[in-house]
Amino acid sequence: MRKAFCDAMCELAEEERFCFLTGDLGFMALEPLQRVLGARFINAGVAEQNMVSVAAGMARAGAKPWVYSIAPFCYARPFEQIRNDICLNGLSVRLVGNGGGYGYGSMGATHHALEDYGVLSTLPGMRAYVPAFDTDVRPMVRALACRAAPSYLRLGRSELAEEQGLPAYGPWRCLQQGSAGLIVVAGPIAGALWSATRERTATDRPELWVVSELAVPMHIPQPLLDALTGARALAIVEEHVATGGLGQQLLHALALGGQRLPRVMHAHARGYPSGRYGSQSWHRRECGLDVSTILEQLVREMRA
Amino acid sequence: MHYESRIGHLGGNLSALDALMTLHHEVMEPADRFILSKGHAAGALYIVLWSLGVLTEEDLATFHADGTLLAGHPVPGWCEHIPFATGSLGHGFPVALGMALARHLNGEPGQIYCLTSDGEWQEGAIWEALIFWAHRRLTNLTVLVDLNGLQGFGTTREIAGMEQLGARVEAFGIEAYHVDGHDPAAVASAARQHPGAVLLLHTVKGKGVSFMENRMEWHYLPLSDAQYAAALAELGPSADGSR
Repeated sequence: MRKAFCDAMCELAEEERFCFLTGDLGFMALEPLQRVLGARFINAGVAEQNMVSVAAGMARAGAKPWVYSIAPFCYARPFEQIRNDICLNGLSVRLVGNGGGYGYGSMGATHHALEDYGVLSTLPGMRAYVPAFDTDVRPMVRALACRAAPSYLRLGRSELAEEQGLPAYGPWRCLQQGSAGLIVVAGPIAGALWSATRERTATDRPELWVVSELAVPMHIPQPLLDALTGARALAIVEEHVATGGLGQQLLHALALGGQRLPRVMHAHARGYPSGRYGSQSWHRRECGLDVSTILEQLVREMRA
Repeated sequence: MHYESRIGHLGGNLSALDALMTLHHEVMEPADRFILSKGHAAGALYIVLWSLGVLTEEDLATFHADGTLLAGHPVPGWCEHIPFATGSLGHGFPVALGMALARHLNGEPGQIYCLTSDGEWQEGAIWEALIFWAHRRLTNLTVLVDLNGLQGFGTTREIAGMEQLGARVEAFGIEAYHVDGHDPAAVASAARQHPGAVLLLHTVKGKGVSFMENRMEWHYLPLSDAQYAAALAELGPSADGSR
């Protein structure tokens, strides 16, 4: 998604007061943006706390700053700067973390982002954007550019080879209807689940929803509530730890709304159960976040 | 104000008050902005804003009270003279730097002033900001350091010596100047002559009240009735509130 991100950002380069700060990352990806922004492309060096505070100061002075790094260095290292300098002061700063979930794979645990949008969702005014597909990135970038509040964009890697036929971007989208259970998913796993089930008949495939924006309070669309009423089993899928993620936010909102729930399963990141490390797909399998395990478990829930 | 609300932090307010008054009354122009990085000196800033007519006596009476906007550390969103909520140390300097950078990029006038404490320079974020500032060579930022030599649980000399702070700052590429922080003319002159520099204000914690001066406990302690009366007697007849 970095190319889609860079392309979308280049389209905004002419906007007045637009500026971009990177924590020394973007090699082989952001050079086009660097060229078009000139002095407004700021490599802030390996100093993420300062970068976030500087961005807050720039926003206070009327600039429209974006902050970019590998995801954990964007939200975890400078968390107090995000909380105090951006969010407490209600400033419009856009944080961009590359490599959501286990995206950096065998680079190791320090580079993974398993709790990013859960942690950030606790902060006042913050909205997290989790693209599932490359084509989500452009409308998201445009939404963030206009947003007068703090935002976080979690970039990953699209898992859909061909994105034609996708419904237009929205915070909540139904990718396919079906009667073999209901899946609500955040992030690129949506593409893998869709590819694996879209050729099936409507009675043999699950209904599949993708959630791309997380903010508290959560506003769940009525068609999804209707689908929940008729479903025998609900699977919530996310490459994020259970605490604070889509699953907890969604179930909390449903419970407060008095929604009757079907059987519920939650496929989520579980850290490093074996203490060993590998590719993103290896970590997913270890957590039961691979497509086969998710669909098999959903079938078991349907039969239970 | 502190006495009536039974609140401490007086020592670091009194060490900073002379410089804050000088900056706001003698140095700053309408386009300039001030960031209090040592947020625990909020009381001194509120007094300065009262002296400018921004806050009223009634406002000051709400200091630390339930429902107040005048909290012990500045809170956001209610006063253009307080651009940022501060209080966690090491934040005010880099946000001031960001304001200065945005103005520089947009060709906008005005100086950004920021006051830090001395113990605050133990925060890593301060040195990140110093590296960034030196690299960008922004002259529309001035950072003042309240060198009162005392922090929350000891002297800076005991905890993490700041004796060579000027040399350390200069080693990073920013000029540093030593100033008597209780001499208004010296503070004003240094602020006017050295934009883009660090001004090391040599100050006395608890300045003006003999039993508070250079005593660590006045970082935190509130005044008793007897201490309040003694302090007023030392400070003279105008200390009871006339502007």
